[in-house]
Amino acid sequence: MRNVAQGPIAWRSELWGSPLRALATVLLVVLLAWGGFHAIEWGVVHAVFRPDAEACRAVQHGACWGVVAEKWRPMLFGRFPYEEQWRPAIAVVVLSAVTVLSAWPRSWRWWLAPLWIAALLLFVLLMRGGVAGLVPVPTSRWGGLPLTIGLAVVGLALAFPLALLLALGRRSGWPVVRTLSASYIELVRGVPLISVLFMASFLLPLLWPAGWQPDVLVRVLAGLTLFVAAYLAEIIRGGLQAVPRGQTEVAMALGFGRWPVQRDIVLPQALRLVVPALTNSVVGTLKDTSLVTVVGLFELTGALGLALGGDPTWRPFYLEGYLFIAAVYWVLCFGLSRYSVWLERRLGEGTR
Amino acid sequence: MSREASRRGAWLAWVVQSLLVLAVVAGAFWVVHHALEVLRARGVRSGFDFLVEPAGFSISEGWLDFDASQPFWRAFLAGLVNTVRASVPAAIFSVVLGTLIGIGRLAPHVLLRGICTAYVELLRNVPLLVQLLMLAFAIANLLPDPTEPVRLLPGVWLSKAGLSVPWPASGEGGWWPTHFEWPERGDFGVSGGAALSPEYVTIVAGLSFYSAAFVAEIVRAGILSVSQGQVLAGQALGLTPVQQLRIVILPQALRVIVPSLTNQLLSLTKNSSLAVAVGYPELVSVANTTIGSNGRAFECIAIIMAVYLLLSLLISFGMNRYNARVALRGWR
Repeated sequence: MRNVAQGPIAWRSELWGSPLRALATVLLVVLLAWGGFHAIEWGVVHAVFRPDAEACRAVQHGACWGVVAEKWRPMLFGRFPYEEQWRPAIAVVVLSAVTVLSAWPRSWRWWLAPLWIAALLLFVLLMRGGVAGLVPVPTSRWGGLPLTIGLAVVGLALAFPLALLLALGRRSGWPVVRTLSASYIELVRGVPLISVLFMASFLLPLLWPAGWQPDVLVRVLAGLTLFVAAYLAEIIRGGLQAVPRGQTEVAMALGFGRWPVQRDIVLPQALRLVVPALTNSVVGTLKDTSLVTVVGLFELTGALGLALGGDPTWRPFYLEGYLFIAAVYWVLCFGLSRYSVWLERRLGEGTR
Repeated sequence: MSREASRRGAWLAWVVQSLLVLAVVAGAFWVVHHALEVLRARGVRSGFDFLVEPAGFSISEGWLDFDASQPFWRAFLAGLVNTVRASVPAAIFSVVLGTLIGIGRLAPHVLLRGICTAYVELLRNVPLLVQLLMLAFAIANLLPDPTEPVRLLPGVWLSKAGLSVPWPASGEGGWWPTHFEWPERGDFGVSGGAALSPEYVTIVAGLSFYSAAFVAEIVRAGILSVSQGQVLAGQALGLTPVQQLRIVILPQALRVIVPSLTNQLLSLTKNSSLAVAVGYPELVSVANTTIGSNGRAFECIAIIMAVYLLLSLLISFGMNRYNARVALRGWR
C-alpha cells in the first residue's frame, strides 16, 4: 500500500499487471471517456460564451458562460458603484500582493508587520473612499471578492493575538486563567459558526449604547474573529506542547525570566511547528466567510445571488454562475493548500 | 527563587486571579443587564416563557409532526430531531464513501488514484455553502418533473419532488415493520415508500460528499501511519491484499483515524446548521423563524448553542468510548 512506485513503467504494471487491474483500467477509461465527453460537449462544444441571453436560451444541452461574461462585475464586486469598481480591484490586488509576499519565509522580518498595517489601511481607504477625492462608499455596498478576502484576512489578523493569549492561558499555571481559556475555547468550538454570526448580527446591537448602531460588517467581523480565535488557539497550543520541556528548563537555568522564555524560546519554535496547520486554518476561514451571506452580507456567494436573483433574463443560468465562483474559491483554497505542503517541506528541511 | 519571592509570587497570582474572576463576572452581569434594559426599552419581553406559547408557524417535514398550534418548545424539539435526521445518515454515508476514497487514493492503480485525488481536491477546496446552493439549484431546476421521474435503481426514483426509496412499513394495525413498501410510479408522480424532500436530499447529499473528502484524507493518513514492515509481514504470511487491509492495516490505522474522525463528525454536525440556507427545517432554521416572529434572539441563540454543545459532548463521549476499544492497550 505504501511507497507506491512512480513513473511510466510502474504505471504500465499498475494498469495492465493482472486481469483484475486490466478490467479496472477498461472500466475506468470507459467511465472517464463518457464523463469527459459529456462535460466537454456541455461546457465547450455546445456552450455559449458571448453575453447573449437569446443564444443562451436557444441552446439545449450546453453551458451559458455568457452569464459570466455579462455579470462578472456584480459577481466579483457586489453592489459597489459601477464606475468606482477599479477601487475594490486594486484593493484586492494590494491585499493579495502582501499575502503572497508574506508567504515567502525569507520575508519573515520585522518590516512585515508595518507593511501589513499599511496594506490594510490602504484597503480600507480604497473601499471606503471619502479622502483624496474618492467618492465615499458605505460598507453596506461593499461586496464580492474584496469582502471575502478582506473578512478572511482581517478576521485572521485580529484573531491571531487573541488566540496566542488563549493558548498561553490554557497552559498557564494559574487555575482561573486556565479554566477561563479552556471554557472559552471549548464553548466556541462546540457551536456552529452560523450561530456565532446570528449572535453577532442580532445580539451585539443590544449591547451598544443607544443611538450608535455599529455597522453590520463590524459586527460580523467581530463574530468571525471570536470564532476563528478559538480554533487558532488549539493549533498554537499543539505547537506549544510539541516544544520539548528541556528548552524551557535550559533557558530557566541560564537565568531567563518567565516571559522572555516564552517570547524568545518557546513561541518561535511552537509557531514554526504549526505554520502548516495554521495555513489549513486560513483555508477554512476563507471558505467560512461564505457563511456571512446568511446574515445579509454580499460577499462572493451573496454577490452571485444579488447579480442573478433579481434578473429574470439571467436567472436560469445560476449553475454556470455557481461554477464560476466555485472556481474562484477553488483557485484560492487550492493554492493555499499547495503552499502549505510546500512550506511544510521547506520548514522541515532544517529540522529533520 | 527564594522562599520570600515565591511567597510573593503566590500572593500576586491570588490577587490577579481574583481580579480576573471579578472582571469576568462583572462583565457578564453588565452584558446581560444592559441587553435586558435595551430590550425593555424597545418593548420586547424577555425570558424563556415564550416556549409554552403556540408557535404560529408549521414545519413542513420531519419525524415529529408539527403544526402552528403547538408550542415553541415542540418546534425546537422537531428542529433538533430534524438535525439528527440529517446528520446521522450524512455521517454514515460520508464515513463509508470517505473510507473507500481514502483507500482508493493509495490503490496500486494510477487511474483510480487520480480519480480519488481529484475528488478530494475538488470538494475540499470549495465552501460547503456554495456546494449546497449549487446542489439545491440543480435539484430544483435540472431534474425532471415529478410526473417523469428518473429511476436510479429498482425502487429508487428521483425528480424535482425529491427522492423516493423503499421503506419498511407495518402491516394492518401492527407497530412492528413487517415488509418493505416499494415506491410506485403513478400518473401524478411517485407514491409509496419514503418520500424524501428536495431540501433533505440536498443537505444529506451535500454534507456527505463534502465530509467524505475530509474523511478520505484522515483514512489515508491513518493507513500511511501503519509501518511498511507490517504489510511485508502480512505478505510473508501469504495474506491476500484484501486480507492485509482488513486484518493487518485497518485495525492499526483505526488508532490514528478515530480521534480525527471524531473531529470530523463534530464538524459535520455543526455544518448541518447550513441547512438553514437551503430551506430544510432543522434547529437553526426553527430558531431563525422564531427570532423573526417574536424577536427573542438572546433566548433562541442560547438554545441553539446549548443544544449543539450537548450534541458535541454526546458525539465526543461516544467516539471516545469507541476509541478506548480500538486503542492499543498497555501502552499508556
